[in-house]
Amino acid sequence: MSATVERGVNALREQVDAPVASFFSSCVSCGLCADACIFFQETQDPQYTPIRKVELLRRVWENEYTLFGRVKNMVGLGNRITEEDFTEMEQLVYDSCTMCGRCTMVCPVGNDITMMIRKMREGMSAAGHAPVELIGAAKRHTTGNSPMGDLSKAIEAQVKHAIADTGIEIAFDKPGVDYLVILSAQEIAEYPEVIGAMAQIFDKAGVTWTIASEAFEATNVGVQIGNRDVAKYLVTRVVEAAEKLKVKKVISPECGHAYQALRWEGPNLIGREYGFEVVHIIELLDQLRAEGKLKTSGKDSDKITFHDPCQINRRGGINKEPRRLLNMVAENFVETEDAGTMNWCCSAGGGVGANERAGHLKDAAFQLKKRQFEKVAPDKIVTMCAFCHHTLENALEDNDMDIEVAGLTEMMAEYLEDED
Amino acid sequence: MPSSPLLPKMMKAHGVSRRSFLKYCATLTSVMALPPAMAPKIAHALETAPRPSVIWLSFQECTGCTEAITRSSAPSLEELIFDSISLDYHHTLQAASGDAAEHAREEAMKAHHGKYLVIVDGSIPLDEPGYSAIAGISNLDMLKETAAGAAAIVSIGTCAAYGGLPQANPNPTGAVAVSDIITDKPIINVPGCPPIPLVMTAVLAHYLTFGIPELDELGRPKAFFAESIHDRCYRRPFYDKGLFAESFDDEGARAGWCLYKLGCKGPTTKSVCATVKWNDSTSFPIQAGHGCLGCTEPDFWDNGGFYKPLSAPAGNYRRVGQAAVVAGVAAGAGGAYLAKKNKAKALAEHETVDAFTLEKEEGES
Amino acid sequence: MNNPNFDLLMFARGPLFDIALLVFVAGVLIRVVEILILGRKKDFSKAKGQPVQQGIKTIFTRTFPRPGAIKANPITIVGGYVFHIGFFIAFLLFVPHIALIEELTGLSWPGVGRVVIEGATVLAVIAGLALLYTRWKDPVRRKLTTWVDYLVLILSLLPLITGYVAVNKLFGDPTFMMALHVLSVDILMIVFPFTKLMHAFTFAMARYYNGSIQGRKGAES
Repeated sequence: MSATVERGVNALREQVDAPVASFFSSCVSCGLCADACIFFQETQDPQYTPIRKVELLRRVWENEYTLFGRVKNMVGLGNRITEEDFTEMEQLVYDSCTMCGRCTMVCPVGNDITMMIRKMREGMSAAGHAPVELIGAAKRHTTGNSPMGDLSKAIEAQVKHAIADTGIEIAFDKPGVDYLVILSAQEIAEYPEVIGAMAQIFDKAGVTWTIASEAFEATNVGVQIGNRDVAKYLVTRVVEAAEKLKVKKVISPECGHAYQALRWEGPNLIGREYGFEVVHIIELLDQLRAEGKLKTSGKDSDKITFHDPCQINRRGGINKEPRRLLNMVAENFVETEDAGTMNWCCSAGGGVGANERAGHLKDAAFQLKKRQFEKVAPDKIVTMCAFCHHTLENALEDNDMDIEVAGLTEMMAEYLEDED
Repeated sequence: MPSSPLLPKMMKAHGVSRRSFLKYCATLTSVMALPPAMAPKIAHALETAPRPSVIWLSFQECTGCTEAITRSSAPSLEELIFDSISLDYHHTLQAASGDAAEHAREEAMKAHHGKYLVIVDGSIPLDEPGYSAIAGISNLDMLKETAAGAAAIVSIGTCAAYGGLPQANPNPTGAVAVSDIITDKPIINVPGCPPIPLVMTAVLAHYLTFGIPELDELGRPKAFFAESIHDRCYRRPFYDKGLFAESFDDEGARAGWCLYKLGCKGPTTKSVCATVKWNDSTSFPIQAGHGCLGCTEPDFWDNGGFYKPLSAPAGNYRRVGQAAVVAGVAAGAGGAYLAKKNKAKALAEHETVDAFTLEKEEGES
Repeated sequence: MNNPNFDLLMFARGPLFDIALLVFVAGVLIRVVEILILGRKKDFSKAKGQPVQQGIKTIFTRTFPRPGAIKANPITIVGGYVFHIGFFIAFLLFVPHIALIEELTGLSWPGVGRVVIEGATVLAVIAGLALLYTRWKDPVRRKLTTWVDYLVLILSLLPLITGYVAVNKLFGDPTFMMALHVLSVDILMIVFPFTKLMHAFTFAMARYYNGSIQGRKGAES
């Protein structure tokens, strides 16, 4: 039951479908995806051209899913995928790709290369070529309840803090409420203020919510590693908890891949529709704003810019919502170049941040962000993904840039109207 | 020539005098070896003629070429015959038949051995000698025999030059061109179905005055076959502007637009039709509203259909296309079936992985 | 006696065209059917946007590059546009070609004059050469490019070049050049299903899938 080349090839074989076949049939090797890639942009190394990163999937498709490929195989022109092939691809599939999705947006024939990277990772992980740090996180999440290990005590403590800070009751495992809140480990460990912020906003808006003590973790390292079995196992925890508590909706927190994992991949991982809906916290806040249930007073006078998390905006479709919210509380909101759908990755998403081997690539990639921030010279960068938040904060510090980073939910709570 | 009033009439139109006309009639009579009482006169003429002797052989042909050359206007036939050549044998124009006629040929051959000119119209059947024979002599034998002592041969018309209509698929007589049989004599091809009369006489005039003209790779005098009809066509501006007749009776046809879509072969046909024209430069097929058939080119009958645009495919494309659709869909479905089976097998063989089986076992590479 | 040039033209228009048509039609169908039947799994996630509409929309909108893209890759994008547009003007608006399509399919439309056709041809050839150049010179493209890519690009230019030479009688026997022109098209049709030329058909599928995947999430595409 350990990882083998054959298991990896079989996993790739399972991933080929009509979209993949149409993508590979359509690629004309124009190379336009290279310029969309933050790693190519900052290294100018042609090996980082996105379409090259899915070469093994292409080979499986050609060899096994096309009549002409079969004929080629029969006459001995096909080439088998070897251990070396997988090894060679590691740094392309994991180290130099954050699955940010920019390549998917620029491909003139419309290839969703990002989706194919996700599929490539299925093969890589099954073949035993996932980065050790991610495998470690998967183990910790499997035995514990978060990729950081057992965070039960931590979340209890953070909720207590929040209750103490806000004076608002936060109940664990309360059945029949409207919303189940889940959090990313990053938030629990590094940015717990978000719990209090949500409590305040929801209290004002009259939103009923709870946290499940069995499934409070939103992240899904299975999606980052690219292993559907692991991903399914982890997402099932949240699905079961939500359905047990009979909530109407689950709130996907400020975390990029968690939103992908829970809302878009989850139902397909478990093979059925959920008995609840999934909504992103920023979508919910914007909805409350529209309903007049989220009112703010005062504005931050700092020069503020917004960083779009790839998985939430480009790959998640939440683009206007954060801007509407930010405009409520920011007096001096300026956009960086390419902001919105074509924003550049924070430089460490998609598992790159945890991957030590990719450290130099991550640092190189951030230089693009750095230049963009320097052009705008903001006092504060607001975002809606805890991992982007974490990455930017550390990278800014490494680059001696004195810019504050904040989560949008927190920021909204800070300017919540105090009507009593 | 009471039976054929055309020639004298034509001569009159060209301003040939009465005296010339009478002289022409008299000589024609002698050329035609009629009646036997005239024989000494003919003999005398043959003996003393300083003009080159011409033997005209007609094989598998329709007489269209002869019809055309008798309508030649400049130089006119009479001028040719009077001043330039001695047409010693032409079985359409001569009244003699059987031995008398053949004698004329044999005598001309004997008397002018190595110096006479052979003009051929029509192709030569190779499958059976009996398919076409004259006085019991097969076309092949007659050609070989006559060509042996010739100074040169002029193949008049596409049949003699390239095989022409008799050679058209499926070529029932095994027809071939003169040049397929005779390889040791200079041959001038004057193709066309029929050739332009002026071109025929002009080629002869050229031969008589300057010898063999410069020929292209298909044995045609370059002077008349260097440019395509398309390049000299008065409708060419319409082609360049993209204006084409779609049918023979549409607005475009009436407005004189390009006939390419109606099958005109002008672009691949070399001839001076568009400039020299026919019937005293009156008109030519395209001017008459019909596309060029490409008659000066080898195999013109089999080159893809007279009414099919030159750019249209010429083979069995319809049936092939239908077969391709069926074969493609079937093979595609077959391929997809294999692919789906492959995927189903992969899914069935899926080993469920958990966080603890993501690594390779120790000791494995 | 035969005219070898005409015989070559007739071979290219006749039997070889039939073979080319068979390979082209059957090959393209094999590949398209193969993709379509492979299908994809039902998506159980609740759609936020409109996957089908956005998929169809993306087939068209992806024709236009994102802002800034032209500046980064001027030769590839501008060259790509000019080549494609020029190629299709020369292919689809030249009346002899329309006559061919009409003969095959019964469909017909008005053509344009020689100035437009030849202008488009010249521009397409220049663009194609520029694309070849950037494939050769640019490290990204050079690394991606296989010998088949070069071959396909050159084979796509040959009909344009031979057609121009034949119509304008620049050199060679015009009938021979016309034969070469048709021959080059036959070859292009034969290699078509086996190469990336297939993108001419599958791009619409790829764009559709891209648009529908993004559209389901309510994201742009």
